[in-house]
Amino acid sequence: MPVAKSVGARIKRREDPRLIQGLATYVDDLQLPGMCYVAFVRSPHAHAKIQSIDTSAASALDGVVSVVTGADVNPDVGGVPCAATDFPNVQVPEHPVLAEDKVRFVGEPLAAVVAVDRYVAQDAVDLVEVDYDPLEAVSDAEAALEPGSVKLYDHFDSNQAFTWDLEGGDVDAGLKEADRVISQRFIHQRLAPNPIEPRGVAADFNAGDEQLTLWSSTQIPHILRTQVALMIGLNENRVRVIAPEVGGGFGCKLNVYAEEAVLGHLAKKLERPVKWMESRRENFLHTIHGRDQLGDVEIGMKNDGTITTLKYNVVADVGSYFQLLTPAIPTLTGLMLCGCYQIRNVSMHLRAAFTNKMSTDAYRGAGRPEATYIVERIVDCVADELGLDPLEVRRKNFIVKDSFPYETGTGLSYDSGDYTIALDKALKNADYEGLRKKQAELRDEGRYLGIGLSTYAEICGMGPSAAMPAGGWESGTVRVDPTGKVTVLTGIKPHGQGQETTFAQLIADGLGVDVDDVKIVHGDTDSVQYGTGTFGSRGTAVGGTAMIMAMEKVKKKVKKFAAHMLEANIDDIELEDDRYVVKGNPERGVSLADVSGHAHRGIDMPEDTEPGLAESHFFEPSNFTYPFGTHIAVVEVDKDTGEVDIQRYVAVDDVGNIINPMIVEGQIHGGIVQGLGQALYEEVIYDESGQVLTGTFMDYTMPKAHFFPRFELDNTVTPTPVNPMGVKGVGEAGTIGSTPAIVNAVIDALKPFGVRHIDMPLRPEKLWRLMNGGESS
Amino acid sequence: MGKIGRIFPLEPVPDTKSACHNCEPVYFGRLPSCEPNLRRIAQSQASSDRVKRQTSATEDTFVKVEITINGESRVHNVEPRTLLVHLIRDVVGLTGTHVGCETSLCGACTVLLNGDAVKSCTLLAVQADGQEITTIEGLSDDGELHPVQEGFWECHGLQCGFCTPGMIMTAAQLLERNKRPTEADIRKGIEGNICRCTGYQHIIDAVQYAAKKMRA
Repeated sequence: MPVAKSVGARIKRREDPRLIQGLATYVDDLQLPGMCYVAFVRSPHAHAKIQSIDTSAASALDGVVSVVTGADVNPDVGGVPCAATDFPNVQVPEHPVLAEDKVRFVGEPLAAVVAVDRYVAQDAVDLVEVDYDPLEAVSDAEAALEPGSVKLYDHFDSNQAFTWDLEGGDVDAGLKEADRVISQRFIHQRLAPNPIEPRGVAADFNAGDEQLTLWSSTQIPHILRTQVALMIGLNENRVRVIAPEVGGGFGCKLNVYAEEAVLGHLAKKLERPVKWMESRRENFLHTIHGRDQLGDVEIGMKNDGTITTLKYNVVADVGSYFQLLTPAIPTLTGLMLCGCYQIRNVSMHLRAAFTNKMSTDAYRGAGRPEATYIVERIVDCVADELGLDPLEVRRKNFIVKDSFPYETGTGLSYDSGDYTIALDKALKNADYEGLRKKQAELRDEGRYLGIGLSTYAEICGMGPSAAMPAGGWESGTVRVDPTGKVTVLTGIKPHGQGQETTFAQLIADGLGVDVDDVKIVHGDTDSVQYGTGTFGSRGTAVGGTAMIMAMEKVKKKVKKFAAHMLEANIDDIELEDDRYVVKGNPERGVSLADVSGHAHRGIDMPEDTEPGLAESHFFEPSNFTYPFGTHIAVVEVDKDTGEVDIQRYVAVDDVGNIINPMIVEGQIHGGIVQGLGQALYEEVIYDESGQVLTGTFMDYTMPKAHFFPRFELDNTVTPTPVNPMGVKGVGEAGTIGSTPAIVNAVIDALKPFGVRHIDMPLRPEKLWRLMNGGESS
Repeated sequence: MGKIGRIFPLEPVPDTKSACHNCEPVYFGRLPSCEPNLRRIAQSQASSDRVKRQTSATEDTFVKVEITINGESRVHNVEPRTLLVHLIRDVVGLTGTHVGCETSLCGACTVLLNGDAVKSCTLLAVQADGQEITTIEGLSDDGELHPVQEGFWECHGLQCGFCTPGMIMTAAQLLERNKRPTEADIRKGIEGNICRCTGYQHIIDAVQYAAKKMRA
């Protein structure tokens, strides 16, 4: 084995020089000769019939190139696709790229304007006269499922989008077995992913080559290419999708949107390059939202704290249409309901409701934060019910170390874990005993300190194709250039996760080159072999493995060449730092550049060996990976203001082996803040008529720097057997672990007020009322 | 193919006091109070039969803006309604300054105006007439990174990089005003800039790194 030089080191990111100097190219930075700007006419109504659209004034405006409506576009452009429609009782709506007869949510696009500059395009949008016949809207998911509710789709029986049931063990037997049964309603409010770069698309069509180039701020360039080609009727090999620099995604760019197909269509039709950049307001209205479940949990327990059963009866608000993975998201909640506990009897009954809102879909964590929130709140509720320390209830129910791989009641197989060591380390780092003592002292002074625990486990490394709606494998190609520099083509699409660095670290150590001599290419379907993309904490665990497997093939060939050049036996060749040497005779050696030059020269070849030095691999993972950890939040709630002051935040995460600790820390920091955002601040609010009340950053509270203290991170390392690197993935862990830690801490602080549960977000007003004579829930 | 070239309205140039910060030319669904004015602008264009070129330097409906960007003096003729960020990005072609919310709230568009960090998405280009602008592209000195840029690189102060130019400009101003900022000073100082990726901790480290370096 080569000496690991860069794996495990805090190597500075290689993508940063362009980003810190303003030299990166995001979609809106593209400027092609003759490029036009596109703006969309969007519905101001949540539910309305479109009586007529008059585009004449807009078309007459100087500088306007074209104005198109659904009637113009829909015959040539297929609907927005959904890859996950195989559900019981499913009703799949048609989803035209531009609404034609009816609009079903505020922000739904119904016409597009093409103009020579962005201001004129927006002027023209204002000149499109749409005659709407407003209809009653339904924005509450439970109300939408009531008989007699206004229906979104006249030809559907009801607003029920689909149902889904999961049962492991025997929940009713578990209830009988229980000493006590409690129930609790949990609301997972709707969230906006809000990458700081909104979505954007540019398109250019070359009629001579019949070639469309589509730039999109997307996490899935290859899937987008397939879908856009199908939607606009071009051969897939005539569509090149480029995901340039992507300014954050968090799942909302793991999708295929109407605008992407419309831009492609317009470029083709007009034979002019076109560009559309989403505004923040549009982003709030027409980029997918996350979460939005409300459900009742029934929980059976023994007097010693053992959880005997967990029943979850839930309504998921899917909005008005299916986006790419909409129906699949709440099912992930079901799969992860047991968390890190041995809960043998578990069930979920899911009903999904259409409402006059934007679709929900994958947002950082995608279904698993809901599960973790439920189960981590529940263990605290059990502790509260039985008068136990929440810590003891956790220990009582933990899946134990020697039972891995562990088959859960929900049908998953957890790869590896040791939940106790992460918990113990976090307790020690936080000084849990000391905190409890301090809490008691402060309570005597009329101050309300709360300590919240979250011991999470989550699904990463998505995933086996059998468990995924559209392929769970990933691809990698490793090419050694004649001069010995290495180019990697990866099917994932990093957009902040740092794989241009971590992948280079892996290759540098694996092939014996300098990190700076490795280039990672991604996000261009004409350069890179087909791939799946970046989401579900899969980039390194799945995409990295594909690359490593390709690298091993290259290395095998390198050794063959080295043996030939050194007149040695291939089994005697080993990599020592940056040279392939003969075992026991390190003076006899060649570098990768020597070998690659030889391989590309094409003469004096080893027997049965092709010239060149490039290999590919398509990696299909055998299982998901399951990172875990313990987060402890310490908060003080001010009785006079209801404000939550986060005093300490201690996290111990186990994401398997770590390639670059600095990047892993960054992922966890960012994840924690997004989870805290849900717990304390964020909520997309639609009013009864389906209007969005939180359509700017003024109304939707994004977490800011001064909301938090310094996070105290630590880790344990339990490698996964699912991939050769033993990495589990880290993209979503922080988000999943942190939300319940904060909520548990706040509720712990409010225990003296008889509070058992509070729904998120835990805004000061809500807490102030509970602490000042209001009703507890 | 549609018409090329357009007429620009003879609307009075809004001054700072009357400029409505909720009124953004490129987003959908303006606040009602802002709408009539813009609709009038649009309609005055629609009713006009004059077609003039955007590039015409003598166009009387354009406003001449003399501005220094990153040390280079420039003269541009722009529509009165042109936002500073669009002058910087679309006219001058410096695309390092980003637009994240169009409402002054995210800070991705932050540039230095005579050394003060400002949100260029809600300033009109004409308001910057006669002023000096520094963008992210102008922060480094002869190819040497500014200490704040270096700090962001050293401390992993960025992930997707979209908020980064604005965040760096704000941090640069912060350190001009406070050579020894505490962690709390830094957290408070960058509250006008939103980062969705990093959780801010490494940004704090980056600014502290830069502060130390600038003191040395």
